[in-house]
Amino acid sequence: MSPDTEVLMAGFGGQGMLLAGKVLAQACMDLGQEVSWLPSYGPEMRGGTANVMVCIASKPIGSPLIESPRALVAMNLPSLEKFAPKVRPGGVIVINQSLVDRDPERDDCVVVKVQARELAQNAGAPRAANFVMLGAYAGATDVVPAAAIEQAIAEEFTGDKARFVAPSIAAFQAGLEAGRRATFLMRS
Amino acid sequence: MSKVLMKGNEALGEAAIRAGCVHFFGYPITPQTEVPEYLVKRLPEVGGVFVQAESEVAAINMVYGAAGVGMKCMTSSSSPGISLMAEGMSYLAACELPCVVVNIMRAGPGLGGILPSQSDYLQATKGHGHGDYRLIVLAPASVQEAVDLMTLAFELAEEYRNPVMVCADGMIGQMMEPVEFATEGRGLPLKDNEWALTGRKDRPRRIVNSLFLSPEALHQHNIHLKQKYDEIERREQRWELYNDTEPYDLLLVAFGTMARICRTAIDDVKKEGRRVALFRPITLSPYPYTACRAAIDALPESGRVLTVEMNMGQMVWDVRYAAEGTRDVEFYGTAGGIVPSPDMIAEKIRALVPAHAAEAAGISPTSV
Repeated sequence: MSPDTEVLMAGFGGQGMLLAGKVLAQACMDLGQEVSWLPSYGPEMRGGTANVMVCIASKPIGSPLIESPRALVAMNLPSLEKFAPKVRPGGVIVINQSLVDRDPERDDCVVVKVQARELAQNAGAPRAANFVMLGAYAGATDVVPAAAIEQAIAEEFTGDKARFVAPSIAAFQAGLEAGRRATFLMRS
Repeated sequence: MSKVLMKGNEALGEAAIRAGCVHFFGYPITPQTEVPEYLVKRLPEVGGVFVQAESEVAAINMVYGAAGVGMKCMTSSSSPGISLMAEGMSYLAACELPCVVVNIMRAGPGLGGILPSQSDYLQATKGHGHGDYRLIVLAPASVQEAVDLMTLAFELAEEYRNPVMVCADGMIGQMMEPVEFATEGRGLPLKDNEWALTGRKDRPRRIVNSLFLSPEALHQHNIHLKQKYDEIERREQRWELYNDTEPYDLLLVAFGTMARICRTAIDDVKKEGRRVALFRPITLSPYPYTACRAAIDALPESGRVLTVEMNMGQMVWDVRYAAEGTRDVEFYGTAGGIVPSPDMIAEKIRALVPAHAAEAAGISPTSV
């Protein structure tokens, strides 16, 4: 069974793409969907690029690795250059405009540009640019309801880390708003 | 218990605890390091013992010792580390000691690479260490199945007093999927047995030894082991078929990660009216030859067989053995840690089998 949808989330190691992908997978699992979370674990992770493919489906997932994903969340330029050409026509490309000043040159995709760093800072969570990006993806697609992501963020940060819940959710909401606005403007 | 999202390696560790494993001995190596990393935290919570050995050679000999005194124990490693354990595994098999060994395969040969591979198939199933012994080898295709087979591995190891290998690849080890654990953690030692070295007070002494200098005695020991392996072969073959309820023109044979990628390719070409089924062995040893042959025999005269592996052609030997020359068995594989995509396999399929126009148009074969 091919997944119903899949997203490749990519950035530098340390930018939190693997964590953002985990929260997405957790949220969809909590909603009763089948999910897989497959990270790159090559030597490039050390200081280089790190990416994760999240597949979401209503039936058991066959291949957790998809050549042409329906969406890309690109945190940095190398990720955009490497993966944007692979996104399936009609797909969604979310770009971190704080670090990337280039277009993906894909007329056949919905392109959403987000000032992830600035939005995270304004939300009082300067380290949560990853959740801004996740929010933008959720806002630009109808893959997962915002409440499920917020619940998954609360599940992810417990104990000593519980203090990260509120700022992470604030960053997520800022991204959600940006994603919704960008796709609304595109449609109108 | 409800589902939790877990990495394959960590889920293997938790499954071991719930199967009652109380001792782990191992040495770090990518891509399996999360197994020991998880167990170093969890084992003390159930009164168990974790030892990071100085090498894989030491680790497997610690397993030998712990198993010899009747403790439920395991080790895990990845390909080069498993090679280092070969001698110890032969000793464990010779002495009929139960233990579980996890191999999260990476690309070889030599130090190779750290990405997923299935290139230890022949080593696991045919010739790991020296001497005439067999392992039971289980190959999961998902994180959930890794958990289920880990439980089974401990059961089979005890039932047959034999080392059992859970053979997965880096993708299963590193991937997160939802899992459900069937059993709660028990942390119990092995069932009472009559062979473990538990102190000889008030009973005759027991010996765990693999040295037989008398050829007659060693011959008899080998016959005894062979009878056990024959029984395992009769009783423990496991496999799964996919998309085999309608007639098929092509049979794919694949295990582990490769099998689930084949499933996606089969679904994709089905839309074009191509009829393809999948045979997936779950026990790589004992290999389900009879079931594999039955799936091959169900093909029409013009039917084809294609084995797909992440290596240069290893399990294909067993598929050819099952076919006994009745069909050509073709092979497609990649090495080096390159995981074939569903598109790559679909391309292979298109070159081998025609599309049925009626099915491509959405009419089922029964209504034609």
